Amino acid sequence: MTEKIRKSVSTPEESGAEVVEDISVGKNAHAENLKADLDNLLDEIDSILETNAEDFVNSYVQKGGE
Amino acid sequence: MALPKVCGIETEYGVISRGFDSSPIVASSVLVNAYAGAFKQNIQWDFGDETPDRDARGFSLEDAFPPEVETHMANSVLTNGARYYVDHAHPEVSTPECRTATEVVLYDRAGEEIIKESMERANALLPDLHEIITYKNNSDGKGNSYGCHENYLVSRETPFGQLATFITTHFVTRQIYCGAGKVGSEFLTEKPDAVSYQITQRADFFEEEIGLETTIRRPIINTRDEPHCDPDKYRRLHVIVGDANMSEYATYLKVGTTSIVLAMIEDGAYPAHLIIDNPVSTIRAVSRDIDMSKAIRLTNGTLKTPLEIQFLILEAAENYYQQSGLDCVSSDDFPREGENILALWRETLSNLSHGGVGSFDTIDWLAKMRLINAYQEKNDLSPNDARLKALDLQYHDMRAGKNLAERMNLRKLVTQGDADTARTEPPHSTRAFFRGMCLQKWPEFVVSANWDCLIFDVGEGPLRRIPMMEPLRGTRTLTENLFSSCSTPMELILALGLEHSELTSFKVSDAF
Repeated sequence: MTEKIRKSVSTPEESGAEVVEDISVGKNAHAENLKADLDNLLDEIDSILETNAEDFVNSYVQKGGE
Repeated sequence: MALPKVCGIETEYGVISRGFDSSPIVASSVLVNAYAGAFKQNIQWDFGDETPDRDARGFSLEDAFPPEVETHMANSVLTNGARYYVDHAHPEVSTPECRTATEVVLYDRAGEEIIKESMERANALLPDLHEIITYKNNSDGKGNSYGCHENYLVSRETPFGQLATFITTHFVTRQIYCGAGKVGSEFLTEKPDAVSYQITQRADFFEEEIGLETTIRRPIINTRDEPHCDPDKYRRLHVIVGDANMSEYATYLKVGTTSIVLAMIEDGAYPAHLIIDNPVSTIRAVSRDIDMSKAIRLTNGTLKTPLEIQFLILEAAENYYQQSGLDCVSSDDFPREGENILALWRETLSNLSHGGVGSFDTIDWLAKMRLINAYQEKNDLSPNDARLKALDLQYHDMRAGKNLAERMNLRKLVTQGDADTARTEPPHSTRAFFRGMCLQKWPEFVVSANWDCLIFDVGEGPLRRIPMMEPLRGTRTLTENLFSSCSTPMELILALGLEHSELTSFKVSDAF
């Protein structure tokens, strides 16, 4: 399942050669910027994430809606 | 001709309290009261016109469980014409009635700012380490869902069954650009880890094609027949099948494309061969197909991918535009709205057919998936790691500095200044302008308000009721002179010819 997600997400950016042919230079530069921004976010994301992910996820319960 | 597509969004936010035990109802009420109290916007909602048990198909089912109207919880009407209240166990913001998708995005963003301000004000009143936090998402990952409902004005003349059949195809396939993304499955008969990632938050929760309920046995087409306007002329299509979006562009496309498809249906321009054979199972299948490569079956036996179906609907929409124009989704303020929606729709589908490149910063499910995959890869995590589910939740976290969507550099349609202004100023081109201006000018005289009327206590005599049964009247063009020439609500009532408008009177001036 992990591979399935990765396949779809990694196609456009990481296998750059086949994508570059299809899209404009501007779009490609924009995609590069987004990739750089994502790398920056990954470097600091652990300070943003809840400290105990498991407790946080388990305690997030919403009953009653609509 | 198709009716102008007056539209709006109601968003229920997820809510938790930290550091203290509190029911979600209390936490939600604290938020609404913190905001309404601070801005003296505690005008009460009038429930007189609410009929959530009336079915658009003209009958009622004895075993149906329509939502109850709850009158005892915090509830206020804002000077921008919106409603901010506690619905069941969530804080909910309903945008004012808007004339265009651009304005819906603006007022949805204003709703986010209202929620953020509410959290800040409420948390400032709470003791240290006590906190109320909200999330603009649609599920808790444990099978509990809450809604982001869209509303569209449609003609009463359009046969409801036909409208339901056609628009369902759009609802099932628009997921590929409207979905907000979700880690795991919440479908009843599946284990949570049966799906690692899917396109929408909501697809797991739909069990019927059509019906009245919104909380159990959810239907793709909700038949609540509660138009909040002249019921002989109009319907309000109440759409419960969508996700709440963090991306402004996703909200724009969701509302814009749906408005156009509804107009096509009203004008007989929808391609009638595009009907999905089994929408309930297909809506889930589309949500789980992140490669967007699996074909789905139409009632005529042909197989097409959701992307192919969306391209066919778009082509029909482009032909419709050539023949009929798209004034029904545009306005004086936004005259090129129809063309803009079509252009973005085409660009988005084209990007999706190339793996999504070009739409990573406009489509929520792609942005969230990039983040989750990159984090998983960097830390070599298993697909079931709780940190991935935490990332999913925090993509929607409404706290400043904690919202991961904000950090994904999503493209913007609305400036911060415009969102702030829209918290207090109503849109110009619907009756929301009149409602908002009355609340700005004479809040102490407004006893209660709802979508289709205002009730004034002018200090002497009976309460005065101003009916607003036409969503496209009460606009700035029609009423701004009234607001500059009238200095008291009684002068307004006299100017409208409503001096005998006690609670039961319906004489309506030209302004409405």
